[in-house]
Order: sequence, then C-alpha cells, then structure tokens
Amino acid sequence: MKKIVVTVIGADRVGIVAQVARDLADTNINILDISQTIQDGIFSMVLICDMEKASVSLKEFQDKMAQEGKKMGVDARVQLADLFYAMHRI
Amino acid sequence: MIDIEEILSTQRMFDQNKLDVRTITMGISLLGCVSSDMKRLCDNIYDTICTKAEHLVETGNDIAREYGVPIVNKRISVTPIALITGGLSESSFVPVARTLQKAADTTGIDIMGGFSALVDRGMTESDRKLIDSIPEALAETQSICSSVAVGSTKGGINMNAVRLMGQIVKKTAELTKDHEAYGCTKLVEFCNAVEDNPFMAGAFHGITQGDTAIHVGVSGPGVVKRALEDVKGAPFEVVAETIKNTAFMITRLGQLVAKTAADRLGAPFGIVDLSLAPTAAVGDSVGQVLEEMGLESVGGPGTTAALALLNDAVKKGGLMASSSVGGLSGAFIPVSEDLGMIQAVQRGSLCLEKLEAMTCVCSVGLDMIAVPGDTTAATISAILADEAAIGMINNKTTATRLIPVPGAKPGDMVHFGGLMGYAPVMDISRFSAQEFIDRGGKIPAPIRSLTN
Repeated sequence: MKKIVVTVIGADRVGIVAQVARDLADTNINILDISQTIQDGIFSMVLICDMEKASVSLKEFQDKMAQEGKKMGVDARVQLADLFYAMHRI
Repeated sequence: MIDIEEILSTQRMFDQNKLDVRTITMGISLLGCVSSDMKRLCDNIYDTICTKAEHLVETGNDIAREYGVPIVNKRISVTPIALITGGLSESSFVPVARTLQKAADTTGIDIMGGFSALVDRGMTESDRKLIDSIPEALAETQSICSSVAVGSTKGGINMNAVRLMGQIVKKTAELTKDHEAYGCTKLVEFCNAVEDNPFMAGAFHGITQGDTAIHVGVSGPGVVKRALEDVKGAPFEVVAETIKNTAFMITRLGQLVAKTAADRLGAPFGIVDLSLAPTAAVGDSVGQVLEEMGLESVGGPGTTAALALLNDAVKKGGLMASSSVGGLSGAFIPVSEDLGMIQAVQRGSLCLEKLEAMTCVCSVGLDMIAVPGDTTAATISAILADEAAIGMINNKTTATRLIPVPGAKPGDMVHFGGLMGYAPVMDISRFSAQEFIDRGGKIPAPIRSLTN
C-alpha cells in the first residue's frame, strides 16, 4: 500500500466531495477512509487513500489536486500518510 | 486509522504555528583529502563534497514536497579544517575557505560549517593558522561558518585560545564593518562542543562519525506556544506534560525526515537534534513560549526557571520520539533570531547578565548578540571565559556568538537578514577584564571531570 492523505480546506460549496472523488477514481487511487466536517462555513475534508496502483506519480497527483483546488476555490493538498502516523502514534 | 482532527491539527501546525524542519545537514569527512600541497588539498575537498552531497538539495526538496513538510535549509558540515591542513606550509588557509564556498555554490546548499579548530587543551600550528585565517575567510565568503572549541569538562579551558578568540572576533567585525559585522554571525566559540550538531554556526563533522552522516534539526517554538495556550493557569506538571507531548510530535517529524533522507542519499542516519530553534518571524519565538508560561516579559524574574522546565521537557518528549538524539537538543535563545527576545531587549527586561543565567539551563550559550562597537577584545574574551566556565562546571555545551558592530551603540538596531534576523545592540559592562585575560594559560579541568 502507498498511503496518502488528501486534505481539502476552504469555503463550503456544492460539489467538492464529488470532484475530489472523481479525480481519485480517474487516477485509480482507492479511498480507504473519508472524514468531512463544516465549521463556521469552512469545509474540511480528509481522505486517506492508497495510490499503490495509481496511474500517475505522487508529484503529478499533487500538481493536479492543487490545480483542481484552485478551480474550486479551496486548498487541496496531497502528502504521504507516513507523516501523520509518525507524529500521532507511538 | 488517523482521524480528521489529528490531520487538521497537523496542517495547522505547519500553516499557522510555523512548524518546519529547520535543516537537513550532511556531515562529510574530509580526512581523506589530506595533502601537503594546497591546490591538491583544495581539489580533494571540492571533489569530495560535491560527490557526496550531489543529491542533497534535490533530495531535501523531494522529501519536503512528498510529505508536505517545509525543509528550510540543506546544509553541510565538514571535518574541522584545522585537522586536515597540518601538512601545508602556507600561513593562510583562506584558499580552503574559498574552496568550501565553491563547493557550497556547486551543491546549492544554504550554509556550510566546519572551518574550525578544536583547541580545548592546546593549539597546534595548524590550529593557530586556521584561527588566524578566520576573519579574512569569513569576510571573503558568504556561506561558510567557523567554530573554535576552547574548552571542555574533561580538558579545562584553554585561556590562551580564549584570549586569542576575543581578538579574532574583533578582527572579523572590523573586516566586515560595512556589512554590520556580519562575519561575526558566522563564528562561534564552544565549550564541550558536540560533533553532530546540525545547526550553524557551530556545525562540524566530528572525526568519530565515519565518511558521512545525515542529521536533522527540527524547529517548533510556535507549536509549543500554541499548545500552552490551551493550558493557561494550569499547574507546572501540566505545562511540562504539554511541552513533552508536543516535543514528541515535533521530533517524530524530524526522525521521519532524517531516516528518509538517509535512505535516499545512501548515507548513515546520524541524529535528530530536537532543539526548539526560533526565527525572527512572528509566531516562531522561544521567548514568547516563556511568556506564555506566565512571564510579563522574558528576562524578568522566573525566566530561568521557565527555561529550565522548557529545556528539560523538550528533551524528555523528544527522546522517546527518535532512535538517535544528539546535537544540541534543547531550547535555543539566540537574541537576533527570536522576535520575543528582540522585543524583550527593547522593553528593557532582558539584559546580558540574565541571558548568561539562562545559558546555565538551556542548550546553547550567548547566541547572536549584538554588542557595542567599542567593546574590547578582552571583554569579549572574558564573556567567553564566563560561558566556558558555565559549560565546563555543569557538563553541558555552552557557546558565544557575539557581534561587536563597529560604530554601534546600545539601543541601535542591526539587520543581518534571512534566518539571522535583526538585533538591538545590548548594553555591556564597562568594567575591564584586561589583566585577567592577559594572564593566558589554562583553567584546569574541574574535579567533576574525574569520573573514572
């Protein structure tokens, strides 16, 4: 498994989840876990995904999501999940 | 699985609380470069560094991007140059510094440390020539740092070296006086110097470490401050626990980056230096962490106790998080690189004498302190002697990095730029230690060095 975390933060609007899910499906990246919340109108979503069989490289997917995020008016970042496990688990 | 709040809180640490990896430092041994011919030596040095560190910057950038972690600097530390120049007949080693600069430019790294000499107990001819070359070397180059170890708990304090270093600091200031004496920002004197320090200006690659090593220095005072904001008014055990837990997370970040970098560069993992390293940017201050603990202004009463708790809690939290901790590891109190400290000096709550007390309980010494231009070499030496004594007696690393800015008076503001920040020129005692320093010789190792 090559676990990545996709974090999307920005002003809430219709279609964010759908667009991100579409981008992941298009690149053959499997969603393992989704959490999403809205606080004070700020949309926050975190997806833990497996890009083992992805059709693109991490860099390509990072650039794609950054672009998609701009189009939607949100901050969409992708990073290796190891970071979070390292910091938050013994 | 990791939950959403853990991920979002981590993103906030980077975005809002200035969490970053301050440096990946590759230590490179130059012992194999030894030659009695200057050109041959310099060529060997250049080739060794450029070969070993060819992919350092690129790897650092890749890791930063893949993990979403800012890695502020990529640095190199080398064998103390005085150890490889013993065969040369030339009296100036400035050409070596120029070669180091060339290698720094080729590899694209930010800073290189190791134009250094270790003279705890005595000085070789090579050590002496290196030290005499320092002012010119630092004036002529931009990214090269120099350090001189003048004492240790085991060895005592080399007061000849201390006397000399006061003069060298002054000369370095003089040669860079048109640039706010910035040469002195690249020069540090140590007691109990460590071989695996990834931070500058004191990084060098100690001779016990093999050909290469990868060390990482993390940063994160802003994250600690933010965590403490949630425990206002709570008793000190809670403060200590909060700092410990935060230090754990920060150090784990450093460990991950260090291991990944070591694997990709094919170099052994050395250490994580779990120091809280501030910058002069807003929200990145150790001084403000101390104030968050309940002090009106850092430097006032309570500061030493607060710093002692902070330094200790950082070490305890970080120790569990890394397989190999080293370097300086603790809290840094560089005046020019810490907005909270700068403001405290301007307010009048932080003076040199209080900083000296603080160095007894934190992990560095009197760092990045601008002093008046008319400060004498003897006074600088005497301050160094004081710091060395604190380190020697307490079995810890201490250091001085003083910047006597020609023409500057207490209250003036000096701008060094970049990570070096800016500094208010501090008041210094007017009383003379000339006779004291003129004695020279050696302060013997203390009784606590007899641990066998």
